[in-house]
Amino acid sequence: MFISTEDLFKIYKLGDFEINALRGINLFIEKSEFVAIMGPSGSGKSTLMHILGCLDRPTRGRYLLDGEDISLLDRNSLARIRNSKIGFVFQSFNLLSRTTALENVELPLLYNGNSSKDNIEKAKRALSLVGLEGRENSYPNQLSGGQQQRVAIARALINNPAIILADEPTGNLDTRTSVEVMDIFQYLNKSGITIILITHEKDIASYAKRNITFRDGKIIKDEIVPNPKIAKEELLTLPVTDVKETI
Amino acid sequence: MRYLQILRVAYKALSRNKMRSSLTMLGIIIGVGAVIAMVGIGQGAKKMVDTQIASLGDNLLTIFPGSQFHGGVRSGAGTMTTLTEEDAKAIKENCSAVLRVSPVVRTGAQVVAGNLNWGTRIEGYSPDFVSIRSWSLASGTFFTDQDVRGATKVCVLGKTVVDNLFPGQSPVGEIIRINKLPFRVIGTLTPKGQNAFGHDQDDLIIVPYTTAQKKIMGITFINSIIASATDRKQINLAEEQITQLLRQRHKTPPGEEDDFRVRSQLDIASVAGSTSGVMTILLGAIASVSLIVGGIGIMNIMLVSVTERTREIGIRMAVGAKSKDILTQFLIESMVLSLFGGIVGIILGILSSQLISILLHWPIFTSVPAVALSFFFAGFVGVFFGFYPARKASNLDPIEALRYE
Repeated sequence: MFISTEDLFKIYKLGDFEINALRGINLFIEKSEFVAIMGPSGSGKSTLMHILGCLDRPTRGRYLLDGEDISLLDRNSLARIRNSKIGFVFQSFNLLSRTTALENVELPLLYNGNSSKDNIEKAKRALSLVGLEGRENSYPNQLSGGQQQRVAIARALINNPAIILADEPTGNLDTRTSVEVMDIFQYLNKSGITIILITHEKDIASYAKRNITFRDGKIIKDEIVPNPKIAKEELLTLPVTDVKETI
Repeated sequence: MRYLQILRVAYKALSRNKMRSSLTMLGIIIGVGAVIAMVGIGQGAKKMVDTQIASLGDNLLTIFPGSQFHGGVRSGAGTMTTLTEEDAKAIKENCSAVLRVSPVVRTGAQVVAGNLNWGTRIEGYSPDFVSIRSWSLASGTFFTDQDVRGATKVCVLGKTVVDNLFPGQSPVGEIIRINKLPFRVIGTLTPKGQNAFGHDQDDLIIVPYTTAQKKIMGITFINSIIASATDRKQINLAEEQITQLLRQRHKTPPGEEDDFRVRSQLDIASVAGSTSGVMTILLGAIASVSLIVGGIGIMNIMLVSVTERTREIGIRMAVGAKSKDILTQFLIESMVLSLFGGIVGIILGILSSQLISILLHWPIFTSVPAVALSFFFAGFVGVFFGFYPARKASNLDPIEALRYE
């Protein structure tokens, strides 16, 4: 599973104005890469993420996911790809409120047409993978930010996606929780999942293996990180915050 | 997505706003309940009219004399005295579709028994009266053909007359005076109650028609003739035969109007039946309006719900829900609202029609087709009014929906 874009353009029309969110993006991401996309707000990184995540289609250019041209697919086919190949993690977690952690994680399974018998088992396994064993029946408002983001990661993992797209996943978290989330990402990456992470924190980007910088809808820098930080080691140096996970 | 799971999701979404969901359902509950109760009342009325008409004898034919036509003045039905007891006899002998015939002579009189008196109708018939009107005796006997031939002074009393002249005792064997003439009471009739027009059918005294003609009124003609057909299906044939026979007997030239009129109970029954049928449809239609209003309530709430849950829709789409999945989810929610409302409405409708029937002493029938129809109509309302909001939800753009605050 690889990602490749050819001369990708995204143009929004606002009345008489045209906003060029993306202006000719050529990108190739190999399987099992860990890429951080950086850049100021309005530089087009979220637009790219929406296109890579099959939530949106480019105005011009081609986006090949595993050799399949996404720009030619209809709404339902895009939904199927989102369900089976891609997992999303958002800055604001985007969990269903008044729905338990377990049911939130189960959500993608409702839409893939498989039998529901082992859904609960699968969801429990995903939750324990992100360290939330025993919190299955907690509601999002009973969980800390870090825990909510881990529920979101478990949800992204449930259908064994090839790619996880994370849009500022640490934007609402404190330093230690952020590193914990990066630890999970590094662990998942090691198991072969491609991770594409959008952030504007240099520190977070340094956990990735490759950094791409955007400005005004174009890639201005694409570099391999020589020695990515290892979240496990960083965690040892950070003090354990006392408010953490006590709710 | 499995339907059971969608149902669970729908139930959760609705139970999250219990107050709102139940108020929305109230519209459907009232609609369905009203349809069932109204149709029940309408059908009860129809049934009541039907039983009353049947109580008159359901294969009854009545022959009235025609209207008088003299010097350009037409005096109205029954004013002519063209019918005779010979006509009645001829009908009985010659018309194959007619089973029994009785002449009718009517008058009113003040009746005295002991120190009590009562004004009532006096009606003269032949002994065939009992079977033609399917009216049985409560006590005693009816008069015979012999009484008719001899014009004997015997009589049979209706329940109301018994109550007024012989309160608390049996009148059989007693003597009453009609126009000062003594009559012996030989029997009493079973009560029939009021007819469809609110008329007390039991307030009468029956005597042999010859007695009424000669002893009470001093006339030779008869007021009308009642007859029964051999079978309910033979009524039209009997009507035809009687018309032919009477035209022949009265020497009415072809092309001339009849000097009599034949009316069957069937005519009256069908008029009364169609009247109450129209009433049922009218009541049902008015009640259906409230069902539609209930549907609009559902649409309203579903639109609010779609807007409120835009972000949820976005999340579901991001994790792979297709437009169809979102559409199904919202449609099922509105259907759960309307069908659950429908079930509660059916229960309330049945209960309220029972209550009305107890309070008004009116036979109320819970019609199964009305229950089934209003239940399906409620489901249809759910789909119909739920479709627009559901479509709106399923057409949302996932990115916009995710950004929605």
